[in-house]
Amino acid sequence: MEDLLIKIEKRNDVPTTLYFFTPFIAIILTIIGGGIIFYTLGFNPIEALKFYFITPISNLYGFSELLLKATPLCLIAIGLSFCFKSNNWNIGAEGQLTFGAIVGGGVALLFYNQEGFYILPLIIIGGAIGGMIFALIPAILKTYFNTNEILVSLMLVYVSKLILDYLVVGPWSNPEGFNFPETRQFSDSARMPLLFEGLRIHAGIFISLAAVFVSWFVLYKTYLGFQIKVSGLSLKTAKYAGFKGKTMILIVFMISGACAGMAGVGEITGPIGQLHRMISPDYGFTAIIVAFLGRLNPFGIIFASLVVSLTYLGAETAQIFLQIPQYTGQVFQGMILFFLLASDYLLFFKIKFQNFNKNELRH
Amino acid sequence: MYKNFLRYLISAIFLITFSISAKADFKVGFVYIGPTGDHGWTYQHDEGRKAVEAAGIKTTYVESVKYGADAERVIRQLAQSGHDLIFTTSFGYMDATNKVAKDFPNVKFEHATGYKREHSNVSTYSARFYQGRTILGHIAGKLTKTNTIGYIASFPIPEVIRGINAMTLAAQKVNPNIKTKIVWVFSWYDPGKEAEAAQALIDQGADIIMQHTDSTAPVQTAEKAGIWSFGQASDMQRFAPKSILTSIIDDWAPYYVERAIAARDGTWSQQDTWHGLKEGMVAMSPYNKGMGADLVKEAEQLQKDLASGKIHSFTGPIYDQKGNILVAEGKVADDGMLLGMNVYVKGVEGDIPK
Repeated sequence: MEDLLIKIEKRNDVPTTLYFFTPFIAIILTIIGGGIIFYTLGFNPIEALKFYFITPISNLYGFSELLLKATPLCLIAIGLSFCFKSNNWNIGAEGQLTFGAIVGGGVALLFYNQEGFYILPLIIIGGAIGGMIFALIPAILKTYFNTNEILVSLMLVYVSKLILDYLVVGPWSNPEGFNFPETRQFSDSARMPLLFEGLRIHAGIFISLAAVFVSWFVLYKTYLGFQIKVSGLSLKTAKYAGFKGKTMILIVFMISGACAGMAGVGEITGPIGQLHRMISPDYGFTAIIVAFLGRLNPFGIIFASLVVSLTYLGAETAQIFLQIPQYTGQVFQGMILFFLLASDYLLFFKIKFQNFNKNELRH
Repeated sequence: MYKNFLRYLISAIFLITFSISAKADFKVGFVYIGPTGDHGWTYQHDEGRKAVEAAGIKTTYVESVKYGADAERVIRQLAQSGHDLIFTTSFGYMDATNKVAKDFPNVKFEHATGYKREHSNVSTYSARFYQGRTILGHIAGKLTKTNTIGYIASFPIPEVIRGINAMTLAAQKVNPNIKTKIVWVFSWYDPGKEAEAAQALIDQGADIIMQHTDSTAPVQTAEKAGIWSFGQASDMQRFAPKSILTSIIDDWAPYYVERAIAARDGTWSQQDTWHGLKEGMVAMSPYNKGMGADLVKEAEQLQKDLASGKIHSFTGPIYDQKGNILVAEGKVADDGMLLGMNVYVKGVEGDIPK
């Protein structure tokens, strides 16, 4: 009598290089998996993958669109990394983005018929404050009332979208807009400056890049960053070390909310130019994938935001050229996350197959 | 010898690249707001696209394109990748369509249900769906026992308000006690919300449900509740065989084929099209015999009269909710008034969301 025994053991010596290498493995596996899906759907996998990953960025316009898409994803993911690193599960970045856009958009509408250099900074600050306020709700409820921040932050997404709905349908709707659910167009001073004539890439990218460097500095060079990391590794240790847990929770949520709020402002003052009901194709949720794919590392997040943006653009291109359903983009994002989590599991745990003889037990 | 060879080679390369980049095929692109399988709005546009394809013209479509930043990119990509005519089939694509049209003067654009034609290569088109609503109103007014008609509405834009008013006016003509109850779902396609809205209206006493949204959820809810309903955009009969009295069908196919051929042959020019029952852009699916042979006859007659222009959906006297006169007796509302309609007529319950 022989049986197969599967044992799962934790690995103690995971090399850091391998830890940062697994996202690449996940991407390669996703590409292979995608190829198989395309093949079974009856497409030439090489051709389909080419349209997916190469065609979208084969010209300057395509590349600028990639950066345009990555700009909000990167910024939100940077903010989320503060929360996730310290074991605070802020799932509601989409809501913070929306509320930031509401406050920022409100400022923009206040100045709808005025021009001035001060308008755009005011809008950005407004967006950051809006996102911050909205992120403080789950943070305060968590610290003082012990609620679950996952649930609260997620539910607030719907609250923010309903507030936006109410505003663009009602009090803020364009008086000359035939009752269509959208606000007036913002004035030119309320728009992000474009970097190149004819391309949509705008100055918001500098906010994202600044966030990358600032977050790197804060996380790796300051006492606050140290607190965040220790709390993430072990809450008990953090308490023992005398860190003020509550303040830190409030701070990471505020950072996260401010980033999401500014990302929302970047969208409405950048490519959109007004408020309406669909200001974000779920950037706040996609940024969660981006944050983890980037290993919660500021520079990793830049890379991850580009990869995930490419899955969006690729889905459009593949549909235009091969009529592959657009939803494959979501399948790709799902696969990336799946393969990343799976390879993480194999990285941190080893699976041992052992043969053992039941008879031996009797001895 | 060697120099000659080089010259030939270079000119050959030039020729090849030129012939590749030169337009090989005439192509038409479509941008959809929903999935082609919504069995409503987008489904019908895709049927139109298939008709263009059947006419021997190559087509491409992109489905579920969100309003906002994504729409402009998709439209631009279609223009860049050699599409000569692009149909953008939802109101929210209006600004994006005009923006891209500016940069591609040689590409023709057709925007559905919008009013902005900022460049000479942008046309707009829509259908007089309200004519179909008049027929629904007539049938509903005759059949309701609770005198309450439930209406699931998407956005409080003139297009939707016009439909609500046309239906209510026609229902009042045959049944003065009629009340129209409305639930706004603020979406074109959200089966979950639409089903909830239908149930809420049924709970409030509506015994006939109609919708200005794109999914089949409302008619399915009506079928389950055992009450009458009307389909929207496409023939939804197979989703609620007992419940559906008729569906307003949007038939874009003839228009799409005509415009695609015109663009291919170089006869395309900018226009603003608003076709109805007469031209066949609005059609009614077969009437359910369950409403009785007499009513079927009345509906068919009404359909003919609306098509011929003998009857107009908005014939005075028409009053708003407060009793102010909107259209005087003997007059009909002009297209300008219809296009900007933003008040309810008497008999509609509630306020337009503001």
